[in-house]
Amino acid sequence: MTLAVHNLEVVYEDVMLALRGASLSVAPDSIVAVLGANGAGKTTLLRAMTGLLDIHRGRITRGYVSLDDAKIDTRKAAGVVASGVSQVMEGRRVFTEFTVEENLRVGAHTQAGSGLKDKYDRIYGMFPILAQRKAERAGYLSGGEQQMLAIGRAMMSEPSYLLLDEPSLGLAPKIVEQIRDLIVDINKAGTGVLLIEQNAAMALSIADHGYVMENGLTVMDAPAATLRGDSDIQEFYLGGAGEKRSLREVKHYKRRKRWLS
Amino acid sequence: MTTFITSVISGLGTGAVYGLLAVSFVIIFRATGVLNFAQPGLLIIGVFFCSYFAVTQGLPFYVSVVLAMLVAALVGIVSERVAIRPMVGRPVFAAALVTVGLFTILLIVAFRLFDSAARTINDPWQLEQVCLLASDTGCAIPVYHNTIARFVISMVVLGLLGWWLSRSRIGLAMRATSLDQEAALAQGIDVGRVFSLSWAIGGALAALAGILLAANGSVVQATDALFALVALPALILGGIDSLKGAVVGGLLIGLISSITSTYQPIYAPWLGPNFENVVPYLVMILVLLIRPYGLYGTKEVQRV
Ligand SMILES: Nc1ncnc2c1ncn2[C@@H]1O[C@H](COP(=O)(O)OP(=O)(O)OP(=O)(O)O)[C@@H](O)[C@H]1O
Ligand SMILES: [Mg+2]
Repeated sequence: MTLAVHNLEVVYEDVMLALRGASLSVAPDSIVAVLGANGAGKTTLLRAMTGLLDIHRGRITRGYVSLDDAKIDTRKAAGVVASGVSQVMEGRRVFTEFTVEENLRVGAHTQAGSGLKDKYDRIYGMFPILAQRKAERAGYLSGGEQQMLAIGRAMMSEPSYLLLDEPSLGLAPKIVEQIRDLIVDINKAGTGVLLIEQNAAMALSIADHGYVMENGLTVMDAPAATLRGDSDIQEFYLGGAGEKRSLREVKHYKRRKRWLS
Repeated sequence: MTTFITSVISGLGTGAVYGLLAVSFVIIFRATGVLNFAQPGLLIIGVFFCSYFAVTQGLPFYVSVVLAMLVAALVGIVSERVAIRPMVGRPVFAAALVTVGLFTILLIVAFRLFDSAARTINDPWQLEQVCLLASDTGCAIPVYHNTIARFVISMVVLGLLGWWLSRSRIGLAMRATSLDQEAALAQGIDVGRVFSLSWAIGGALAALAGILLAANGSVVQATDALFALVALPALILGGIDSLKGAVVGGLLIGLISSITSTYQPIYAPWLGPNFENVVPYLVMILVLLIRPYGLYGTKEVQRV
């Protein structure tokens, strides 16, 4: 009973190798974090898991994605959602011209109508702020509210796995904390979570297990507690609270220091 | 004054059909980002099949209309699947060129089908009139039955379509796809099916528009396909991605050409005959200069 990626290789436009061998697995009751700098291949990994490579002219050239015992990388995006894997895309991507409730309704698209009211109520219970603003255009919500809407929309299909791509991006520390607590609640209610983050402090504070990606490879994987104590991780990812720092930037910084001295 | 009212009424009739046509472009444009130049081809195929069912097969007119719309919808679905779907992910420009090729093919098919003969569609309206306002000499404001039919049928169909798009699960999926294709995919919407559906609706609407334009007791032939191009000024005027804009644009273009054809021969005869056919394009050029995104369009229209 897991969602797993096996030694995945992905190529864009037939030339650009974005994943060179990524593997991970998410147990149904766990939160798994994926850390990595800009361009490491995190979003590509998510696209490969959810049938979104096609429209980016990318394809899997090796490896596969499995859900329980079924191979799901050959399924189209709609099929992946229908089999219980939902996602919150990088940059929220709410339908800004739709109302909050219309956004939620689109999230329930694969559920063909029935019990829509109950589903709204469940999401409004989780995110009371969305209930207050349900008739408003999503474009008028704040960044944090839009992130909640994106998560609520993904939860409308009652998935067994929720995949989130940098949900803390561009949000104030207070809001990040709120989002973090919500992810914990969602997980406690029985949804496996794959949490892609550059905010390693946030991700590792709630994850059971973590992976580190670099240049399209999963280069490290360990229990979150171990990663929290790892000196490399601390240097590269836990340097600034919530601030984006990549391995490359750290290296630049070191080099520049050497020239100065 | 009565001349003016007569002119306005007739303009609303054709304008409503232009609106229908413009909407058929917008539906496909919004789903796929492609301006479908094959619409005139779908229109004329629809008109031909209406004539085939109503005249050749002798079926009731309304049944023939529905069947013809279904045929055009099917031709739309097949065209999209065969010619346009492989273009997904490539520049919109390339896909638009493919639709031009598609238009040529459909037109050739139409020429074959029509067999260079002019046909009728056996509509129940022909050239009959009702009199809205009688005068001493006869009738001050005569209204063609087909004008009323054009307006009422177009508006009812557009109203139902708008209602369905805003309320139904599939309509919402279509709108979501037009707003953000990838985000729609990520919600489990089968975007391919949305493409098919939008081409089906686009084809059916074009067929209906063609039939309504042909329903004035005269004959139709394959070259009448080019009527569909008057939808372009209406589209540009309303804004290429707005349904409401398409309807308003259609009505305005209908009114403008009708009023021009009534008064231009009297007040500006030096502009020559058939000037009303030029006016829509003049309006289009003017709009493009002043407000390139039209009355209701979004400012930035460029999608892939
Ligand atoms: N559509 C695409 N076509 C070609 N190359 C792409 C495409 N999308 C991503 N890439 C490349 O693939 C590599 C991995 O990108 P990806 O977006 O997966 O990284 P990421 O870890 O999500 O980065 P970020 O933290 O900035 O979101 C990068 O080198 C990127 O330039
Ligand atoms: Mg990313």
